[in-house]
Amino acid sequence: MSEITFRIYRFEAGKDASPRYDEYKLALEEGDTLLKCLNTIRGAQDGTLAYRMSCGSAICGSCAMRANGHALLACKTQAAGLVKNGVIQLDPLGNFPVIRDLVVDLEPFWSSLRKVSPWLQPNLADEPARERLQTPAQFQLIDDVTTCILCASCWSDCNVLEVDKKFLGPATLAKAHRFIFDTRDAKGRERMEKITEPNGLWDCTHCGECSTRCPTETKPLARIEETREAVMMAGITNSPGARHALGFRESMRWFGALNENYLPVRSVGFFNIPGLLGIMPVGLRMMLKRKAPPMFPHWIDKVGEVKRIFKRFHELRKNVGGAGTKTDGDD
Amino acid sequence: MLSHDVVIVGSGLAGLRAALEVVGHLDVAVITKVYPSRSHSGAAQGGVAAAMANVDGDSTNAHIYDTVKGADFIGDQDAIEIMCNDAPHVIVDMERLGCPFSRTSENKIAQRAFGGHSFKRSCYSADRTGHALLHTLFEQSMKKGGKLQFYNEFYLLRLIVEENICRGVVAMDMKTGKPEVFHAKSVMFGTGGYGRAYKISSNAYANTGDGISAAYRAGVPLQDMEFVQFHPTGLYQHGLLLSEAARGEGGYILNGNNERFMANYAPSKLELAPRDIVSRSEQTEIMAGRGAGPKKDYVLLDLRHLGKEKILERLPQIYQIAKDFIGVDALDNPVPIQPTAHYSMGGIPADNDCQVVANERGDLVKGFFAAGECSCISVHGANRLGTNSLLEALVFGTRAGKKMREVTLDAKWAPVNESREISAARREIDEVLHNKGTENLAAIREELQTTMTDKVGVYRGKDDMEAAHEKIRELQDRFRNVKVDNKKGVFNTNLTEALELGHMLEYSELIVAGAQTREESRGAHARNDFPDRDDGNWMKHTMAFRTGEGGYELKYRPVRVTRFQPEERKY
Ligand SMILES: Cc1cc2nc3c(=O)[nH]c(=O)nc-3n(C[C@H](O)[C@H](O)[C@H](O)COP(=O)(O)OP(=O)(O)OC[C@H]3O[C@@H](n4cnc5c(N)ncnc54)[C@H](O)[C@@H]3O)c2cc1C
Ligand code: SF4
Ligand code: SF4
Ligand code: FES
Repeated sequence: MSEITFRIYRFEAGKDASPRYDEYKLALEEGDTLLKCLNTIRGAQDGTLAYRMSCGSAICGSCAMRANGHALLACKTQAAGLVKNGVIQLDPLGNFPVIRDLVVDLEPFWSSLRKVSPWLQPNLADEPARERLQTPAQFQLIDDVTTCILCASCWSDCNVLEVDKKFLGPATLAKAHRFIFDTRDAKGRERMEKITEPNGLWDCTHCGECSTRCPTETKPLARIEETREAVMMAGITNSPGARHALGFRESMRWFGALNENYLPVRSVGFFNIPGLLGIMPVGLRMMLKRKAPPMFPHWIDKVGEVKRIFKRFHELRKNVGGAGTKTDGDD
Repeated sequence: MLSHDVVIVGSGLAGLRAALEVVGHLDVAVITKVYPSRSHSGAAQGGVAAAMANVDGDSTNAHIYDTVKGADFIGDQDAIEIMCNDAPHVIVDMERLGCPFSRTSENKIAQRAFGGHSFKRSCYSADRTGHALLHTLFEQSMKKGGKLQFYNEFYLLRLIVEENICRGVVAMDMKTGKPEVFHAKSVMFGTGGYGRAYKISSNAYANTGDGISAAYRAGVPLQDMEFVQFHPTGLYQHGLLLSEAARGEGGYILNGNNERFMANYAPSKLELAPRDIVSRSEQTEIMAGRGAGPKKDYVLLDLRHLGKEKILERLPQIYQIAKDFIGVDALDNPVPIQPTAHYSMGGIPADNDCQVVANERGDLVKGFFAAGECSCISVHGANRLGTNSLLEALVFGTRAGKKMREVTLDAKWAPVNESREISAARREIDEVLHNKGTENLAAIREELQTTMTDKVGVYRGKDDMEAAHEKIRELQDRFRNVKVDNKKGVFNTNLTEALELGHMLEYSELIVAGAQTREESRGAHARNDFPDRDDGNWMKHTMAFRTGEGGYELKYRPVRVTRFQPEERKY
């Protein structure tokens, strides 16, 4: 098959002042995955090229990197589909410090994960002699979210992390969801309170990048939306994000759609002057990165989406009796 | 010098389970070359065996018998009894720790059928059981916070054993390239299997068997290395596992002439014959020149007659894998497959408490433990039953942890000569970095893996094995001048790849030697020239000892039989 060029990011921490791109030519064979190409390049052309890999079967998350600017798993992606004008450009995952070439320092990812106490906290008082029971429908609630392989593709392409390194990030919020929705966990409320603190659940801007890049069924944005609803239903509304959501409802009533310029003001509080000043840099940074919402209200499909999710969540709760989120009265 | 009461190498199911047993009682550290959640245990799909009897009338006795028979009667029966007895307990334990299991309509842990098990015994979490178990243990280890110290992306270089007492390990921080001595009272290896010695393998790139050969280099014998399991539906060229469901749902296996050749080998069961028989039949077809493709080196898994709906509904993973990994649309085309190296039955010999055995008499290496796929306890004998290995890792990981707690508490520190160990490690590194640099690393690895797949694979013939043995010796020679482009710096994967290759070359010779000497066919070991099992001469475990530079010696140790005398293995 045709010869193509791999343009690969090269950098060694502690040695190189700035990164460069090296180019490698390779004749693609039919069916070649990106990882196979990298192995061929490393084996035959340049042994110094560094990247991670382990399982080779899309289950360990090691080989996540960016191809033509977007995160993916090298082992499960056909190289041919990535070629643009004869070139595939490879970069390390975004939003991380680089150790060497395509190897990044994942510490920010792991330490974010640790912030949400990512382990089951059951009610030990009523522990049965054998396994705890769970209905198939209750398992379904955590079926998708427990497919996460911690590859950090979502972290790489998250728009909020790009401007705010303190954001919990999509995979961590998905991990929180995993326990909030696990009927065996007794700490749902504490977990929800924890993630609704600043830099958490409500900081996500719904850009959807995480779900687009996620190679599993975890799809963080969908989990974030479900968690937001659980939080609202649990009556945990005393946070800027929750006020934002309430404002969202008002916005819908007033504008018939979402007004994204009104929302931040409503969320922080109309009379909270320091708070309002505090959000300015975020707005400015987002504008600079061209991520700021347009200045005029507009109609989007998300409203229907949200309604649909609300409805589904209510149905699910009926089916499974609580979804681990004991609510004390709400709509 | 770093020091911890207990040092565990490996963060798969075996390593993490052991660590959780020890933490809080002793100062424990885990060393791993990949992040814990990336260990190969996560790749297991099918399930984990336990006679929970949640869906039928299963019993522990039935589990024991199935395992003994599956092992072709060369498993140690006292160890098998322990494993099957403990099975329901470790599953309940994993559930308690938060493992998400699929559920029955009675809300219990769901169980399904699996090859070689006579009841529905496999507990599962959708199609990602290993992943669910591994992530649960990873979560629990995060819960321990600083009490459980992880050395992630540290590469094991040496095991320190002197006067039959284990004293620690040397490992290299991959981020800096610096070797460190870890002084310990007890060391456990949970370093996984050696399936990567084969070109066509379902195993992770990381499964290079480093721990096994590090132990061997430190004077520990290796047991039953010749027993390597092959799975019949590996994706062509990748070796990636296509689940057993492919055959279960009625897929055909065809040769290059579009014949359903299983009719000639297993006329009644056809594609549904046991794994080893299907693997052997495929290999026979390929070797007879009836393979498919330009090189006639694969056979075909044909799903087309099942129809779009069934394929997408029941076999979505297989459909996706074929599409993503080799760009074949299984709706329109048959999927190229070949037998793939899948599981390593052999490894570091250990007793039922995972204490490593030093010789054929059963003396112990003090303070050294092994559990999981790197160990040979031996619960799988000549052939592992699917779903028994996750179980093994959990049961014996737990037992290793308990035993380490017991013996380490009042153990004394055996001295370690740090500078000598560091220079020995540096010498090993220098040997691959600074030599004539005339040999290509990837080429040597490729030749080794191809040799193993072609000549010491599904079928083993006398001449083939002789040729393979000679080839491995030649490759060992050439490896002395292996070229490593990257001489220094951070995250030097070029160096670790070379070190891994050194390990593979070392123990691959023992796979061949064991297979050459074992003049019988048993379980996964199939000799063309000795097609029958020979209980009179070969009811025994092979033990390979290292004798000075490059040499080895084979000895044997009896199989422990408790309840079941050998009988013909018929299904
Ligand atoms: C595709 C596939 C599917 C499978 N499906 C099933 C199934 O359904 N049921 C079943 O029971 N079994 C299954 N198995 C087998 C099972 O997954 C393994 O036997 C088991 O997970 C091994 O666990 P472990 O803890 O011993 O080792 P692993 O999980 O392989 O972990 C090895 C650890 O050792 C570390 N390590 C290795 N070398 C070094 C070094 N040099 N330095 C530092 N650390 C090192 C690694 O980092 C890793 O953490 C399957 C295997 C494969 C390949
Ligand atoms: S949807 Fe939210 S979490 Fe996901 S990438 Fe966008 S901002 Fe980040
Ligand atoms: S949520 Fe998806 S993209 Fe993010 S770490 Fe998990 S599997 Fe990877
Ligand atoms: S190598 Fe494991 S996900 Fe790609």
